Amino acid sequence: MSVLVYTESEEGKFKKTAFEVASYAKGVAEMLGTEVTAVSFNAQSAGDLGKYGVSKVLKVNNEKLQKFNAKAYADAIKQAAEKEGSKVIILSQSANAKYLAPLLAVQLEAGYASNVVALPEGTEPLQVKRTAFTNKAFNFTKLSTDVKIIGLSKNAFGLKESQTETSEEDFSPSLAEGDFNVNVVSVDKAADKVTIADAEIVVSGGRGMKGPENWGMLEELAETLGAATACSKPVSDMGWRPHSEHVGQTGKPVAANLYIAVGISGAIQHLAGVSASKTKVVINNDPDAPFFKAADYGVVGDAFEIVPKLTEKLKEFKASNS
Amino acid sequence: MKILVCISHVPDTTSKINFSEGDTKFDTAGVQFVINPNDEFGLTRAMWFKEKQGATVDVVNVGGTETEPTLRKALAIGADTAIRVNTPATDGVYVAKQIAKVAKDGDYDLIIAGRESIDYNGGMVPGMVAGLIGANFVNTCIGLEVEGNEATAVREIDGGKETLKASLPLVVGAQKGIVQESDLKIPNMRGIMQARKKPLNVVEPVEAGTHSEAVKFEKPQPKGDIKLVDADNLDELVNLLHNEAKVI
Ligand SMILES: Cc1cc2nc3c(=O)[nH]c(=O)nc-3n(C[C@H](O)[C@H](O)[C@H](O)COP(=O)(O)OP(=O)(O)OC[C@H]3O[C@@H](n4cnc5c(N)ncnc54)[C@H](O)[C@@H]3O)c2cc1C
Repeated sequence: MSVLVYTESEEGKFKKTAFEVASYAKGVAEMLGTEVTAVSFNAQSAGDLGKYGVSKVLKVNNEKLQKFNAKAYADAIKQAAEKEGSKVIILSQSANAKYLAPLLAVQLEAGYASNVVALPEGTEPLQVKRTAFTNKAFNFTKLSTDVKIIGLSKNAFGLKESQTETSEEDFSPSLAEGDFNVNVVSVDKAADKVTIADAEIVVSGGRGMKGPENWGMLEELAETLGAATACSKPVSDMGWRPHSEHVGQTGKPVAANLYIAVGISGAIQHLAGVSASKTKVVINNDPDAPFFKAADYGVVGDAFEIVPKLTEKLKEFKASNS
Repeated sequence: MKILVCISHVPDTTSKINFSEGDTKFDTAGVQFVINPNDEFGLTRAMWFKEKQGATVDVVNVGGTETEPTLRKALAIGADTAIRVNTPATDGVYVAKQIAKVAKDGDYDLIIAGRESIDYNGGMVPGMVAGLIGANFVNTCIGLEVEGNEATAVREIDGGKETLKASLPLVVGAQKGIVQESDLKIPNMRGIMQARKKPLNVVEPVEAGTHSEAVKFEKPQPKGDIKLVDADNLDELVNLLHNEAKVI
């Protein structure tokens, strides 16, 4: 009856979102009067999962699951849920988790609520708050199925420590040949670049940056902050930046702790996609730019002067704080 | 190759979102509806397969009569036939079951849906359709080629992309990248005239249950006032970010 949580790892190490979904699962388990079981793939140990309330870790170690495979992972999670008799399954909203969730939902005939931002309002029936209309609103969704899947939005719950004794168990799901009909032939991933999905801080540039040749200063600002870089839609449409950096309603959602918008006007489609970020800073030379109505802090002025100066100030700050 | 493109009928991206009946219903007053942007990228890729590889392209929507102008627009862009499953789109799994039925009946090789609709952002219909009909599935698809019975798809992953191979039938969750913004077609007069004559078949839904219910809605809290920092006093910004917002 435990709450099952899928804890993602990369090269054997748990991702930060794994601890966030574990923290959330612990909260749900407390509401239900039960414990948390995690299922992990090719992670060496339970790592820090116990710190965030996980009582048991089912460790799947399988050569064939070295690379993420949505169907096979969904199949394995399904078998873990059945073994544990879990009625609630918690996932993150990473690209991989979003990929496997609907497949898992079909296999378990489970109701699935994506983009959930808070602990359930109640468990009988299970009702959750989620974002809808691309962050322009929230919607309260009731799941009526026996088994339920909750996809937790990044940064919506945070990390909550709850030291728990953790047992580890090897788990070998029986995988079918049909689980491996979609195969990865190559992966193209920048090795040590902070991704928008994982970043705590995102530095984003708009058309006000005038051209791709001016991105160096944003990259330097991002590097100083350990941030990912992003951009508005026209910037990616004009090919100044890759599409993978386009954020907003039709691009990637951003739910960072800090979002710094430079030379971005703040069109409704842009704001929709970034509004889940906790703190927003806008730098724009037009005091009437709509972004000033949506941000927490603003600087009116020329980005080409402000950004390098801000980077210097932040470097000084970092130096005196380390 | 037979392609089915799933078309969700959603509020235009500039829409102000309001609710009625005690915040239990989306208020459609004054709202313009469009083809869901992710679906439009997918449809545009389907048109490429039609032009270059002689594919046929049908579009399907699950919804009431009010969605027909959106389906006509898809026909004007170049789809051959539209299918409307005559029932409100109650929840993700219900819609997926209706589309699965259409997909099975039509024996499609490739089914393209948007990775999510911009209204409820459920992000589940494409994967569920694949699961229900036992087809292969690639989500967040930003590149797609088909040769014979084999598809090569590029999937956006966190921090990069990966290339996948799968045989047909295949379902993809499309997004920008499967075609570029500049590839999108605004229907011309000829397309609009032709669309009027193309078949728009209305089929009745299959019996299917729902798994979820949207019981109420809420608008985000209005934002507090912005704090402006002088461009000559950026130390203050660093200070606020550190001591007040506590984000650095
Ligand atoms: C269907 C649809 C979907 C869309 N989806 C998205 C989306 O997902 N994401 C998105 O971003 N947009 C989206 N848009 C586009 C959106 O409507 C805006 O056009 C876009 O966000 C504007 O980008 P921008 O702010 O970079 O450019 P602009 O609106 O041109 O703004 C540039 C800003 O830079 C400022 N500036 C200029 N020079 C300087 C300087 N030297 N220093 C400081 N500031 C300067 C200007 O004052 C201005 O405010 C969508 C549009 C549609 C129709």
